[in-house]
Amino acid sequence: MPCDDRISRRQMIKRLAAGAPVALLVTVFPRLAFGGDRKPGEKRPLYAYAVDVSRCIGCCACMRACRAENDVPAGFFRTWVERFRVRGNGEVLVDVAATDGFVFKAAPDEDIVKAFFVPKLCNHCEKSVCSQVCPVGASYESPEGVVLVDKKHCVGCGYCVQACPYGTRFIDPVSHTAGKCTLCYHRIVRGELPACVLACPKGARMFGDLHDPKSHLSIFLRQRRYRVLKPEMGTHPKCYYTDLDLEVI
Amino acid sequence: MNYVFPNELHVTWTVMIVLYPYITGLVAGSFIVSSLYHVFGQKELKPIARFSLASAFVFLLFATMPLLIHLGHPERAFNMMITPHFTSAMAGFGYIYGSYMILVALEIWFVMRGDFIARARGGGPVAWFCRALVLFNTDDTPATREADHRIVKFLAGLGIPLACTLHGYVGFLFGSIKANPWWATPLMFVIFIFSAIVSGISVLIFHYFVVSRINRWKIDAECVKSLGRYLWGFMMVAVALELMELLSLAYEQTEATDVLGHLIRTRLFFSYVILQFMLCSLVPFVMLGITALFKLKERTAYLLIWLSSCLLLLQVLLMRWNVVVGGQLVSKSMRGFTDYFPGIWEKEGLITAVVIFTLPFGLLYVFHRLVSLFPDAEKLPEIKSGA
Repeated sequence: MPCDDRISRRQMIKRLAAGAPVALLVTVFPRLAFGGDRKPGEKRPLYAYAVDVSRCIGCCACMRACRAENDVPAGFFRTWVERFRVRGNGEVLVDVAATDGFVFKAAPDEDIVKAFFVPKLCNHCEKSVCSQVCPVGASYESPEGVVLVDKKHCVGCGYCVQACPYGTRFIDPVSHTAGKCTLCYHRIVRGELPACVLACPKGARMFGDLHDPKSHLSIFLRQRRYRVLKPEMGTHPKCYYTDLDLEVI
Repeated sequence: MNYVFPNELHVTWTVMIVLYPYITGLVAGSFIVSSLYHVFGQKELKPIARFSLASAFVFLLFATMPLLIHLGHPERAFNMMITPHFTSAMAGFGYIYGSYMILVALEIWFVMRGDFIARARGGGPVAWFCRALVLFNTDDTPATREADHRIVKFLAGLGIPLACTLHGYVGFLFGSIKANPWWATPLMFVIFIFSAIVSGISVLIFHYFVVSRINRWKIDAECVKSLGRYLWGFMMVAVALELMELLSLAYEQTEATDVLGHLIRTRLFFSYVILQFMLCSLVPFVMLGITALFKLKERTAYLLIWLSSCLLLLQVLLMRWNVVVGGQLVSKSMRGFTDYFPGIWEKEGLITAVVIFTLPFGLLYVFHRLVSLFPDAEKLPEIKSGA
């Protein structure tokens, strides 16, 4: 015999249906109205990066700064500098700097007609494929557009390493989780520059807020022609290169 | 030309990830053979039907082992099911694997319920274990057997799309990686399904001959010849699909053609061209063709079928190696290749791989001791010395 205070299934469904919009309002509305931790009316920044290839001198100060700032394990790279040398016959020689920089020969290589340096790092893609393929959601994009890894949640499967078209990810041999450039997130949230940008003596590396039209980066991108790496991948990188040669992939 | 991005000097997916699709392939293939009997009524496969189901189950139990060894944090493996990120193909693994495991376990339970009940009679730990296994319900009548049979047929039917999903999904994990030109093809998951069936049939033939020889059982000619014909058919499709993939790659002349052509001609020449295609595809194709088209002496036909199964087992293993490792040898800079050789004693080395691959066979033996996997096997007459 059912008790009098029991509710029927129909009543239960009705109450749940009525409660859902209230719950939605309570949880979502404040975030929509006030943007979480932002002040009312404040626009969240969208961080991006630019490299002026013509300015890079291959000193590799950026690599050393990154390693010192982020304790990057030996043998792995959050950022690196590639050296391109093109011979007269069109042959392209590419190599990457060791941690201390390039070894330059006293006498230049024979028949080199063109040479330049290209710094590489995570492209912090708008449609980051590494975040897409992470099976546990440990790889994610921060509200400011920075692609990050939650090291406490990452299972270390390496799927993101395979999926990144730019080879910027690795499995950290110490933490056994995915490692990558964070744009020095711990610094930029305090209003400081990423270590590599700060260390570059020629200003070849630039960082800024795309949402701020007065930012150094926004102005630079308005004034210069630029392109991104592997646009055919559809990842919409937020690392922009100016004066980039066709040889660079 | 040999420039690789600096983080690519370390191959992330090791021989463990070669083993994982190999073992799941054996699962899917073995299951499909059991379903050919249970669903499609291929009566000649009856001698091997139970064994194929048990093989599928046992390999399935070990399929996750190489993955767990490979994971940086195996203790977080269940994060994939607790906090799945459904934009990732890999997030479905736990669910697909789990549901397939439940299905195969249920099917085995219904197929072997009668045998468990028979073993449950009497005393001792094994009998008690069997009683627990049948949930202390030892009701075994023609009516219960009929009911079990109907359920088995339903589960076996449901299992076919699920087996294809399980293994097609593994292929999709690779085929959907657009950053890797050696993997990124929609054909990948179809190739994986067919190669899985090939490896499944091969392992059953291989094992059937070995256990028959050890136990001096009479080999069922109809069963073996039928398996040989299926193997021939499926291997033709599997190899043809791979060749079609190569053909389109060569014909399309995309930006990846040069680097992949170089990969095939150099790094993978021995394992891909010589071993996988020449030795382990062409030779079994001819041998199985001869057994299917010509009337041979029974002994010769058996030998050819068994040898073909051995070569095709190796072929599928090589295919997994060439896909998983081969894809990682190509730098995403499209300018060079890295090297990989698994260590012997390392955590993800060759010894670990051999141990993982051997364990299912050991468990199959234990399984067979509990319930006969070849209930219809007949002993050969004793050959007296000097006779």
